Amino acid sequence: MTSAYNHPEYNYKVVRQFAVMTVVWGVIGMLVGVIIAGQLAWPALNFDTPWFSFGRLRPLHTNAVIFAFGGSALFASSLFIVQRTCQTRLFSDSLAAVVFWGWQAVIVCAVVTLPLGITSSKEYAELEWPIDILLTVVWVLYGILFFGTLARRKTKHIYVANWFFSAYIIAVGILHIINSLAIPVSLTKSYSIYAGTVDAMVQWWYGHNAVGFFLTAGFLGMMYYFVPKQAERPVYSYRLSVVHFWSLIAIYVWAGPHHLHYTSLPDWVQSLGMVMSLMLLAPSWGGMINGIMTLSGAWDKLRTDPILKFLVVSLSFYGMSTFEGPMMAIKSVNAMSHYTDWTIGHVHSGALGWVAMVSIGTMYHLVPIVFGRKQGKMYSLKLIDIHFWMATIGTVMYIVSMWVNGLMQGLMWRAVNDDGTLTYSFVESVEASFPGYVVRFLGGAIFMIGMLVMAYNVWKTATTDPESSEGAA
Amino acid sequence: MDMNDLRGIATVLCMVAFLSVVFWAYSSKRKKDFEEASMLPFSEKPETPSELEDTE
Repeated sequence: MTSAYNHPEYNYKVVRQFAVMTVVWGVIGMLVGVIIAGQLAWPALNFDTPWFSFGRLRPLHTNAVIFAFGGSALFASSLFIVQRTCQTRLFSDSLAAVVFWGWQAVIVCAVVTLPLGITSSKEYAELEWPIDILLTVVWVLYGILFFGTLARRKTKHIYVANWFFSAYIIAVGILHIINSLAIPVSLTKSYSIYAGTVDAMVQWWYGHNAVGFFLTAGFLGMMYYFVPKQAERPVYSYRLSVVHFWSLIAIYVWAGPHHLHYTSLPDWVQSLGMVMSLMLLAPSWGGMINGIMTLSGAWDKLRTDPILKFLVVSLSFYGMSTFEGPMMAIKSVNAMSHYTDWTIGHVHSGALGWVAMVSIGTMYHLVPIVFGRKQGKMYSLKLIDIHFWMATIGTVMYIVSMWVNGLMQGLMWRAVNDDGTLTYSFVESVEASFPGYVVRFLGGAIFMIGMLVMAYNVWKTATTDPESSEGAA
Repeated sequence: MDMNDLRGIATVLCMVAFLSVVFWAYSSKRKKDFEEASMLPFSEKPETPSELEDTE
C-alpha cells in the first residue's frame, strides 16, 4: 500500500482525496437515483415514510450527483491540471485541506437535511441558509487556492483548461450567492428575497448556469486537458478553443428563460432566452468538434484504449445533448416537451453521457498517477472496458425510454376530441408511462453497477503494490 | 431614440465583440503563442514514478 505516495513537487494528496470521493459519491448519488427511479415505477417503494419518499430523495439525488460526484471530479481535475500546466505546487497545502474537508462537510449537511425535509425549495439550490453560507466560504477559499496557484505559475501562458476552470469558479460563486439571498426566519427556514416572477427568473438564471458553468465549463476544462493527454497529441485547434471559450461564456448566461416558456415571464424575455439558447449550438459544437478532432491521426487508439473511448463517447453525448437542448428551447417544441419525461431524458443524456463519462475517463487517467502507480496505469484495463459498455448501454436505455415517454406524454396531454374536451385524463398518461419507467430503472441500475466496477478497480489500483501491478493489464 | 435603437446598438456591439475575438484568435501574431500554449500538457515534469526514475 503506497497510497501515501507523494510527488516531489506537486500536491497530489488533495487530488487523491477528491478522486476517491468522486467514486464514493458517484456510487451513492446514482444509487439514490436508481431508488427514486424505482419509486416512480412502483410507488409502493415510498413505504409511506416521509424521509424516504420521492419528494425528499429526489433533491438528495440531484445534489449528490451534481455537487458531490461532479463537484469532487471538478476539484480533483482542476487542482491537478492547474499544478501540472502551471508547473508549480498549490500555493497552500493547508488551504487545500480546508477546501476538501469543507466541501465534504457541505455534502454531509445536504445528506442529513434534505431527507428531513429541510429545504429552500429552489431546484438545485435546496440547501438552507446556514449550509449556503458554509458553501460560499468553501467556494471562495477554493477560488483563492486556484487563482493563487495560477498567479505563481512558472509558465508563460495560462493553458485553456484553466480559463474554463476560472470562468466556472467565478460564475458559480456569483450564481450561488445571488440566487441564495434569503431572509432567515429560523435556523432551518428562510424565504427568498425575490418574489413571484422575479424569483422564477433569478432561479432559472441560476439553474441554467449551474448547467452552463458547473456542468459544462468545468467539464470542458477537464476535456481540454485529458483528451489531448490520453490521445497523446495537442488539441486540434487552440485558436478554436479561444473562440469557443469566449462565445460560450458570453452566451450561456442569457439562456435561462427557456425554462419559463409560456409562464408569466414577459414574452420578450422568453424570446430572448430562446434565441440565446439556439445560438449556444455554435460554441457547443465548436468545442465538441475541437475535442473529437484532436484524435485525427490517432483514431486507431480508440480500438485499444477504453479510457479514450469514455472521453470520445462523452463528447458525442455532449454534441447530442447540446443539439437537443437548443431544439427544446424553441417555444413551439417546448410547448410539447415541457413538463414531460423528455426533459429528464435530455438532462441525463448530458449528465450520464457527458458529465459522468468525461469524469470517469478523467479518473481512470488520473487515479494511477496520483496514487503513484509505477506505469501510470489502472489495475485492470479489462474492467475499464466492461465499465465503458455498461455506462454506454445504461445511458442509451435511460434516454431512449425517456424520449418515448416524453413524446407520448406530450401528445396525450394535448390530444383533444372533436368537441374540444381532452382525450386522455392525466392518470392515463401516467399509466402509459410505466414500461418506460421500468426501462429507465434498469438503465440507471446498469450505469450504477458500472460505478461499482470502477470502485473495485480504483480500490485495487490504490492498494496493489506498484511492482506487481506492472504485469496486470 | 427609443428602445429599438438600443436593441440595434446592443446587437451590433455583440457582433463587433465576437468578431474581435475571432480576429484576435486567428491573427498571425498570436500563432506562435498559441502553439506554445497548446503544448503545455506535454512540457510537464515527469508524471509517474517510473518516469521520475528515468530522469534521475
